[in-house]
Amino acid sequence: MIRFILQRILWTAVVLLILSLITFGLMHAVPGGPFSREKALPQQTIDILNQKYHLDDPLWKQYLNYLYDVLIPRINDKPATSLIDSYLINIKLWDKTYFRWMNFGPSYHSRSRTVNDIIREQLPVSFQLGVLAIVMALIIGMPLGVIAALKQNTVWDYLGMSMAIFGVSVPVIAMGPILVWIFGVALKWLPPSGWGAKPPYLLFFIPRDLSWAFWKHAIMPVVALGLVNSAIIARLTRASLLQVIREDYIRTARAKGLTERVVVSRHALRNALIPVVTVLGPMFAAIVTGTFVAETIFGIPGLGRYFISSITNRDYPVIMGTTLLYGMLLLLANLVVDISYAWLDPRIRYD
Amino acid sequence: MAEKEAVALPVRRKSGSLWGDAVYRLARNRAAILGGVLILLLILTAIFARFIAPYTYEAQDLKNNSAVAKWELSIFPMMEPYAKVSDKFPLGADALGRDLLSRIIYGAQISLAVAFIGPIVALLVGTVYGLVSGFFGKTVDNVMMRFVDLMYAIPTMLLIILMMAFFRGSLNLSEPGTFAYAMNEIDKRFGGMLFIFIGIGLTAWMGTARLARGQVLSLREQEFVLAARAVGSSNGRIIFRHILPNILGPLVITVTLAIPGYISTEAFLSFIGLGVNPPTPSWGSMISEGSTTIRTYPHQALLPAMALSLTMFAFNFLGDGLRDALDPRLRGT
Repeated sequence: MIRFILQRILWTAVVLLILSLITFGLMHAVPGGPFSREKALPQQTIDILNQKYHLDDPLWKQYLNYLYDVLIPRINDKPATSLIDSYLINIKLWDKTYFRWMNFGPSYHSRSRTVNDIIREQLPVSFQLGVLAIVMALIIGMPLGVIAALKQNTVWDYLGMSMAIFGVSVPVIAMGPILVWIFGVALKWLPPSGWGAKPPYLLFFIPRDLSWAFWKHAIMPVVALGLVNSAIIARLTRASLLQVIREDYIRTARAKGLTERVVVSRHALRNALIPVVTVLGPMFAAIVTGTFVAETIFGIPGLGRYFISSITNRDYPVIMGTTLLYGMLLLLANLVVDISYAWLDPRIRYD
Repeated sequence: MAEKEAVALPVRRKSGSLWGDAVYRLARNRAAILGGVLILLLILTAIFARFIAPYTYEAQDLKNNSAVAKWELSIFPMMEPYAKVSDKFPLGADALGRDLLSRIIYGAQISLAVAFIGPIVALLVGTVYGLVSGFFGKTVDNVMMRFVDLMYAIPTMLLIILMMAFFRGSLNLSEPGTFAYAMNEIDKRFGGMLFIFIGIGLTAWMGTARLARGQVLSLREQEFVLAARAVGSSNGRIIFRHILPNILGPLVITVTLAIPGYISTEAFLSFIGLGVNPPTPSWGSMISEGSTTIRTYPHQALLPAMALSLTMFAFNFLGDGLRDALDPRLRGT
């Protein structure tokens, strides 16, 4: 097991390095420096700026510097002051000692803020949305799949699977406007845009005020994001449970005279839910891209919306930093999924 | 296997070939037929768009911007006080005075193009890759599969977004006479579709490659391969004449089930401004434009959203039907 975990961690690190290389390479292959403006700056200014941001170094050096700034944690005794010296994680350990990690550098577009400032402000909101959507996908998808499987070929099954087909067929970009119009504009039950939570947050992302003021903004985007994924989970849970319920050990359990409830909850469900874990990795990825869309449609000030606008603005440091951050989160999620799957189902380790 | 299938079929019909049975089962699936008919209609709409659409997708009538058709007022009565009613446009016009119906009709072209390019790339590239990797095994297999693992591990959507940002940012400024310039010209000619195809194609083949490889690994040790080899068949002939037909079923299922994913990827890219170039219409970009005016003119976003969902429904129905038909054991999974 330890060997397997180490292998996966090493593999994740390799993939992350390659992702950073691709990101860095593509972003630097795009012509037009960060300081090209409509009205050209004087050459002297550009030279000074290039020197300040180390843009006249050879590319490999720039890449290594970038990687060094992002990956290597450090402990400093001075508070961060300049734009170049800003870190995403900046924790005061004790007097005059700071733990700092992940510096994605300055943004070229909004000159007073660094990529880290932007991430720090916007990521918690995206995180709240994403976590709620995942929770919703699980608490709707799994029971729906279980009911559909246990009552196979009944009205419940058809109803559940029709809902699932509906869920996978209406993507977030279609569901969003429909929800906004029905509940935000026509019925006026919920505000069509905005977000209720404000910093500071508990544990970096949990809003302190979880009253209606928060939920009235959260319901629609969470439903839009969660529904698609709950449909996928429902279909998978159903298929997996249908397969398990025909296994010999289920027949044995029934033959022993156990009640149907015990057979299902103790013997069938435990095994049927294992494959559902595998879909969590792709689901995190879908949720992340979903937040890009949902935040744009529902006017939520999250990192996804900022990411999209930074693509339009060609703010390459932000695109690069956000891609790497999302890449890290997704790869980490996949790592956790892989390991927990191997832990739940020991057969995987020996593949 | 053959006996099991015969049981599932009515007695009056003799069990035919794998594909014959599949077609028969597909024809009995009403949802799949509905999906198929819808897709056929969409294909015809996309091909004959210029004859069906009342206007071109870019024709502007600035006096009638955001014009509303009369029947739409009865569905969206809140528009009554401020809407410009015009009977020129069957579904109304967008904020730039372009006919919505025409744009939705032309928008079908890009969604369907993606729906066909994705599977074609997945089948051609992925299958050949997987066949070669699985058939030769050992080092070849190891190297080829590590590469797939790597591509698989990189989050697909981030990769596509990065590449699209790169294509759009860099090739626009390339010098005439270079390869990049030629690509960019072709892309412009097709309203930005070429780069979408490349982006989707680059990420579409990995799943099929893995599947094909897995299937080959289990097939290549079987007797019919040995028999083929004994009569002197070449590797190429064994791969394409003997192994490929046996694994085509699962491949077709996977590829069909992936189509809604390609359609929503394209819509997503166009939504965030990395897909088609304006004024080329895509349902994704139309939803993006329309959702800014959702409070005043909801139909501008809702109509393309419905077109998109309907298309995804159709492909989901057909994909599910095809899976049930080709592999009845998987029914309802």
